[in-house]
Amino acid sequence: MSTTLLRTSTARSALRAASSQNSKRVGLAGVAFARGKATLPDLPYDYGALEPAISGKIMELHHDKHHRTYVNSYNQAEEKLAEAEQKEDIPSKIALLPLINFHGGGHTNHTLFWENLAPKGSGGGEPPTGGLSKAIDTSYGSLDAFKEKFNTALAGIQGSGWAWLVQDTQTGSISIKTYANQDAVVGQFRPILGIDAWEHAYYLQYQNRKAEYFKAVWDVVNWKAAEKRFK
Amino acid sequence: MEPATYSLPKLPYAYNALEPAISAQIMELHHSKHHQTYITNLNNALKTLFTAAKDNDVPTQIQLQPAIRFNGGGHINHSLFWLNLAPHGSPETSFSAAPKLGEAIKKTYGDEESFKKKFNAALLGIQGSGWGWLVKFENEGGRLGIVTTKDQDPVVGAGEVPVFGVDMWEHAYYLQYLNGKAAYVENIWQVINWATAEQRFNGPREDAFSALKASM
Ligand SMILES: [Fe+2]
Ligand SMILES: [Fe+2]
Repeated sequence: MSTTLLRTSTARSALRAASSQNSKRVGLAGVAFARGKATLPDLPYDYGALEPAISGKIMELHHDKHHRTYVNSYNQAEEKLAEAEQKEDIPSKIALLPLINFHGGGHTNHTLFWENLAPKGSGGGEPPTGGLSKAIDTSYGSLDAFKEKFNTALAGIQGSGWAWLVQDTQTGSISIKTYANQDAVVGQFRPILGIDAWEHAYYLQYQNRKAEYFKAVWDVVNWKAAEKRFK
Repeated sequence: MEPATYSLPKLPYAYNALEPAISAQIMELHHSKHHQTYITNLNNALKTLFTAAKDNDVPTQIQLQPAIRFNGGGHINHSLFWLNLAPHGSPETSFSAAPKLGEAIKKTYGDEESFKKKFNAALLGIQGSGWGWLVKFENEGGRLGIVTTKDQDPVVGAGEVPVFGVDMWEHAYYLQYLNGKAAYVENIWQVINWATAEQRFNGPREDAFSALKASM
């Protein structure tokens, strides 16, 4: 026991000495982090492909600027977290968690969102089939009734956030849940289908008329992607 | 008896008066659409609350609290915001229009520039929709503090005087600045009404909210 402790602390002080004295080591560590860095995923369709539901300008800014900022900020926070981890600096780690939650959530949410959208003619707006379709009918009566409830949830978000169709991992049942800001669907619930209700997702095209965006977005929902997530 | 209803307060300047810091298009949508929607929804919620109170229906009264907080907050925040902005190039936008507040700011933050830097950092740190406020704490010796609030939460705590606020919802800047919110918070200082800020700083808390009574 004491030998193990000793060995660990020796290893740690050696590591500290290396990182403070040898800049080459720090560089190597940087390369190691780079391998695990989050990257902006390519869109599986053109920026203009979701028109007229979502304009090409919105899609470009949303993907290339907003999503990219979440990716970069997440990587920065993650790097600082690794530093704090190495120093066993618990207060710094705690202080970084809101940034990980926000930017990591932003990255995760947008990645899922791009996937669960598709151009009309490439599956966009085509109704779900199979088990997911059955679950929607059982829970909501019909797809139209489900969309109505989902849009009510979207409209009820006070501030920035998302609405998700989720599946309870304990019971398998589906439900509609809203999440504040970039809070991600994790833990008890599995994300099936998400719609971004931040103003940046629609403002250039719809301004304050967000109900029109919520109505139009169903024309480009990729239910095939949602079906793959449903278990 | 019916509950009081609120109406949209008139802007004390033209929609284009804040250009180039804030475009006329943003101002018009922000005031005539967004602010109006908060007022409409607040009036509806207050009407339902009034009936529920008359009927001794406590569950409904509790259920209405989030809508009142959100839409009432939206009305309060925007009413305060319009008045703590002033036309571009007007004398009110000069820091020297707030002599006593300016002194307190220098005492607290060192100088005008480092105060603005801290305020901007707070604004840019907001995760999602919200507001940044300079607040005077009456119950704590009148100290100043920079406070951020989420969504439409208003600054209404006991002894808290909202000196001035900046709207950090995307609707406040997106049509002009897109994802470049750092430029928005940089430019907002060109149209901060320091004369209004000075008045709120010197006066009692209720004076800051007098604009709300006027919109009833
Ligand atoms: Fe987004
Ligand atoms: Fe606003």
